[in-house]
Amino acid sequence: MLVTLTTTHVPATDLGFLLHKNPARAQQVEVSTGTAHVFYPEADEHRCTAALLLEVDPVGLVRTARAGGDDGALAQYVNDRPYAASSLLAVALGKAFSSARRGVSRERPELVDVALPLEVHVPALSCRGGVEMAQRFFAPLGWRVDARAVPLDETLPDWGVSRYVDLRLGGDLRLADALNHLYVALPVLDDAKHYWVGSDEVEKLVRAGSGWLAGHPERDLITRRYLGHRTALTRRAIERLAEVDDADPETLDDAIAPPLAAAGGPRSPEGEDATDRPVPLAVQRHGAVLAALRSAGAQRVVDLGCGAGALLHALLAEPAFTEVLGVDVSARALEVAARRLRLDRLPERQRARIRLLQSGLTYTDVRLRGYDAAVLMEVVEHLDLDRLPALEHAVFGAAAPATVVVTTPNVEYNVRFEGLPAGTFRHRDHRFEWTRQQFADWVAAAGDRYGYTARLLGVGEEDPDVGTPTQMAVFTRGAATEVAA
Amino acid sequence: MSTPAEERPAGRPRTVVVPDLALVVLIGVSGSGKSTFARRHFRATQVVSSDSCRGLVADDENDQSATPAAFDLLHHIAGVRLRAGRLTVVDATNVKREDRASLVALAREHDVLPVAVVLDVPEGECLARNAARPDRDLPPEVVRRQRTDLRRGLRGLGREGFRKVHVLDGTEEVERAVVTYEKQYNDRREDTGPFDVVGDVHGCRAELEDLLGELGYELRRDEHGRPVDAEHPAGRRAVFVGDLVDRGPDSPGVLRLVMGMVAAGHALCVPGNHEAKLVRALRGRDVQVTHGLERTLAQLEGEDDGFRRRVEEFCHGLVSHYVLDGGALVVAHAGLKESLQGRSSARVRAFALYGDTTGETDEFGLPVRYPWAKEYRGRATVLYGHTPVPTPEWVNDTLCLDTGCVFGGRLTALRYPERELVSVAARETYYEPARPFLPEGEAAPATGTRRRDDVLDVEDVLGKRVVETRLAGRVTVREESAAAAIEVMSRFAVAPEQLLHLPPTMSPSATSTRPGLLEHPAEAFAYFRTEGVAEVVCQEKHMGSRAVALVRRDRSGALHTRTGRSFFGPGLTAAFLGRLGTAAEEAGLFEELDSEWLLLDAELLPWSVKAADLVRNQYATVGAAARTALPVAVAALEQAAARGLEVADVLDRQRRRVADAEAFTQGYRRYCWPTDGLGGVSFAPFQLLASAGATHADRPHAWHLALADRLAAADPGLVRGTRSLPVDVTDPTSEAAATAWWEDLTAAGGEGMVVKPAAGPTRGRGGVVQPGLKVRGREYLRLVYGPDYTEPRHLDRLRQRSLGRKRGLALREYALGVEGLERLARGEPLWRVHECVFAVLALESEPVDPRL
Repeated sequence: MLVTLTTTHVPATDLGFLLHKNPARAQQVEVSTGTAHVFYPEADEHRCTAALLLEVDPVGLVRTARAGGDDGALAQYVNDRPYAASSLLAVALGKAFSSARRGVSRERPELVDVALPLEVHVPALSCRGGVEMAQRFFAPLGWRVDARAVPLDETLPDWGVSRYVDLRLGGDLRLADALNHLYVALPVLDDAKHYWVGSDEVEKLVRAGSGWLAGHPERDLITRRYLGHRTALTRRAIERLAEVDDADPETLDDAIAPPLAAAGGPRSPEGEDATDRPVPLAVQRHGAVLAALRSAGAQRVVDLGCGAGALLHALLAEPAFTEVLGVDVSARALEVAARRLRLDRLPERQRARIRLLQSGLTYTDVRLRGYDAAVLMEVVEHLDLDRLPALEHAVFGAAAPATVVVTTPNVEYNVRFEGLPAGTFRHRDHRFEWTRQQFADWVAAAGDRYGYTARLLGVGEEDPDVGTPTQMAVFTRGAATEVAA
Repeated sequence: MSTPAEERPAGRPRTVVVPDLALVVLIGVSGSGKSTFARRHFRATQVVSSDSCRGLVADDENDQSATPAAFDLLHHIAGVRLRAGRLTVVDATNVKREDRASLVALAREHDVLPVAVVLDVPEGECLARNAARPDRDLPPEVVRRQRTDLRRGLRGLGREGFRKVHVLDGTEEVERAVVTYEKQYNDRREDTGPFDVVGDVHGCRAELEDLLGELGYELRRDEHGRPVDAEHPAGRRAVFVGDLVDRGPDSPGVLRLVMGMVAAGHALCVPGNHEAKLVRALRGRDVQVTHGLERTLAQLEGEDDGFRRRVEEFCHGLVSHYVLDGGALVVAHAGLKESLQGRSSARVRAFALYGDTTGETDEFGLPVRYPWAKEYRGRATVLYGHTPVPTPEWVNDTLCLDTGCVFGGRLTALRYPERELVSVAARETYYEPARPFLPEGEAAPATGTRRRDDVLDVEDVLGKRVVETRLAGRVTVREESAAAAIEVMSRFAVAPEQLLHLPPTMSPSATSTRPGLLEHPAEAFAYFRTEGVAEVVCQEKHMGSRAVALVRRDRSGALHTRTGRSFFGPGLTAAFLGRLGTAAEEAGLFEELDSEWLLLDAELLPWSVKAADLVRNQYATVGAAARTALPVAVAALEQAAARGLEVADVLDRQRRRVADAEAFTQGYRRYCWPTDGLGGVSFAPFQLLASAGATHADRPHAWHLALADRLAAADPGLVRGTRSLPVDVTDPTSEAAATAWWEDLTAAGGEGMVVKPAAGPTRGRGGVVQPGLKVRGREYLRLVYGPDYTEPRHLDRLRQRSLGRKRGLALREYALGVEGLERLARGEPLWRVHECVFAVLALESEPVDPRL
């Protein structure tokens, strides 16, 4: 990975004094991920270029992979870090040119605060957001930006562009600013760091961003990305930047975008049902499910596919539900649910009412027997259709609660969601979404097979043409024979 | 029940007969010698004593305040033992009725017989013994009170529920007693058959004669021409599942024949609910004369008293169920769940006669039966009748043989151990069923079994599990691994009835020390030589994705990945199976293997079909970064070098990296090409994992590859063969030829090869040898270890890789894979197959270097 820095200031070789690196020698600086080489491909009166080449040790990188890396990518030998400009290069840059970055020069102090004609070349800049993102970062800082997308594989044009940008910058800037721009830009544009983001990162950002970050139109994005999306750190950094720039922290703080936490369905940590966002459909769904459970007089309730436990929270809040069991196939989801419900801190009586259990709904499970009611809220559509009979048997046949509440999307309503392309489901893991007729057919057939009768309800605002966004069925066991008798 | 000592000849020891599965309750006051008696006649581990339990909970065997806790523990231990089917002896005074009552309840709860052994020793003797024990300080009045309690209860022990009561009277009788064991009536494990198990006859004597004839029995008739016995020339025996009587035209005739066969040792018989009711009717009890009993009673009117009495005795004497053939076969009228097999209690009898009911009744007023067989997980095959079914269907190794003969269906028998169904049609409909037995207007279907998609339970997969495998013994699956696997299995895998096998992981050969190489065939050959395997076969790897295809003759099935995901959506899967099924049909494989389905292990090409995202996001991305950055770096360094700077070393290295990046890019491109539907998709099978009734694991690889070639010939556009080379690893020439073959393969950009023992599963020095070792090519390994891995300074470090875990994992997964296929071939229930498939997936979540 490489970055070059050129000046046409006369005499250009003053660059060596500013960088504290002699143009007549190639020099090495050891960093934790390898060796940084500083050398000058050209150095004369009119043009001088310094190159920083970081030779990463790819084997060492994998064998000492640290926490906080890019989703375990560092654990792979096939890894772009030895080639792309990223936080590894930023660290090398910071170390090789530390004095220059602070604006210190013994030999040429008069040049430190002078805007010099500079050119920067980063041939493979890892840049999430592509060319446009590079523009948004550098242009407001006074750079002329020439950013070109690198194709993924020129022999396979169908594959499109890669995440790399061949970046050239030009402009008259102070050298220290230029270096600090790069120091912050590399990890921010890459949107990843190879080391753990601790609280000292706030200080590093404040130092490197001094004088330019507070007023940058993309300040929040830059700050959030630099700090590895750690919200608390982001807030602190914004405050500190305000202090440094003598601005009112309140006004700055107001500008922080709302937290990224999903405003959609509570079962959607990754933005499931993004289409729900304008209307709190998830809340309406909870209400409808709770109403059905109340109407059935259920006391012991099992939430099948409880996910992170939003409905469990609502069930627990209501003393009428004497026993609440949350079931999910994902052990991870149950951990999140336990944390969100603060199970370890609940008072003993409350704690005794709730249990969490891992189980797969296509398997029968004796532990699910004997409950008054079971809820399958936005669950069935996550199963392949050919697995539904197994779920039916496990729930209606084996667990056999007196009441079963099922909710699922009404696919007809999808046309009312702006931004949801026609023919796509509301969530990428949905295996199917049913029309009202399809749902009604399934409800009737499943009820028939296992001796349940059912009534159908809509959840959410009803559209005269396409119905409600969510459809719900409340199954009651054996009601038919009672009526017949 | 007990005999006073003086009535027996002096000197002969008292024999205490105990069923071999029982809860033996010793009863006697302190100092009566219970512990000595227990020690003398039972193993120490069989005895649970209140004293030692007191010690366990309170550090003091005489701490009376600890008694409640001690008895909790005693009951718990006894309960655990009884659940496991182990004879248990309770050593406590047990002089009080309430103490004994809780033990009788415990025995019943576990469906074992409670047996009382009373040690009735004179008070003086007990007092003297207690006085002699320094650790015990028991006031005489306590012993006296115990003795009063004991005496009071002695007579009522039978009424309390003890099925046997032995009273040992006096010190000498206690001293000289002998304990002998008796088998339970239902225990006929030593009887290994072969058997012909016959379903519900219900008075259909003519059809029974037909069926016995069909089965090869020779009938013997009395002077009136009535059949009174039937004998099989090969010594086979019939086993009747009960409900011989009622509804049909000739219940006495059926009884006469079956009673004769049982008496002659040519048949066994278990009772049905209709026999139980008949006994009560014959004894004059108040029973509802319905459901065909009226016909039997009317028919019996025509018989003499002697016959009626013999019928009553016969039916009354029938044992609820039989455990046969070393425990591998259980016959009970309505079936029997595992926890009740070989046990004795009212509950066992009720289940065996009436089955499991939910307590509800259906729309026809009949009891709703609980489908116990769907949840059956026992190791014994269970054969039963009771509920008429149109066709016998195996459900978890249980089979209902009642095909409703009396309702106009068929009378069915199962040959055991052959598991062949034999049946005859009813001559007419003798009785109209309360609930439609056959769909209206349909004739009784012909015989033939169809396996039902059994229900799986989380207990089949979750928690720490130990799977018994033939090849590698017990394979343990950790609880965390199972928890991780269930999510993948539930959310992404194809349905379990289509997911019959997951391929095991494969280890690479040991690390080569040759310059520039990480893997080389020499190490693979050396491994097999060391394991004593001479003949191996080298098979090319195609650099596709590992795939398993289940294709049925009707073109249904699945094509899935190593983790059970479907490669394609439903439409393309159907298209694929259509092509593959047609190829198999044209190649004549279904016919030749006499199978309606084939299960193939294969590679699916191109790799980009499955790994499109991975190729783009990781491989192409790295290539793009490298090919963009490195030439710029080289140019800059060349400029610097031209200026006379000392950058020769680093320049040299960057130049090599440019070449490495180019080679890396060429590497992944070789495995990617565009596909359109099935266009461009290639399927390379290399092993037939299983077909009906067979695993083919022991067939030589050449057989499997020839079969693949026939498929390829039938549809060359879809199926491709796999090149291979047999090698004798004791012959250097042969080895050299194989090495050259590998070098050619990999020089042309091939992935490499797999070296397998030619004969299939093979045992070596320490058990089963690796079923295959992969030897990957130098260029292919760039995609695993990174573009620059061939740099000597990198390679030296990469050679330090540890194969031990991978090897162990590969063997365990292989053993599970073969076990699952063998279970499949034996026709075992789905849960038994799924257990193995699931375990492979679970083991895959264990932390092992993913690059191996």
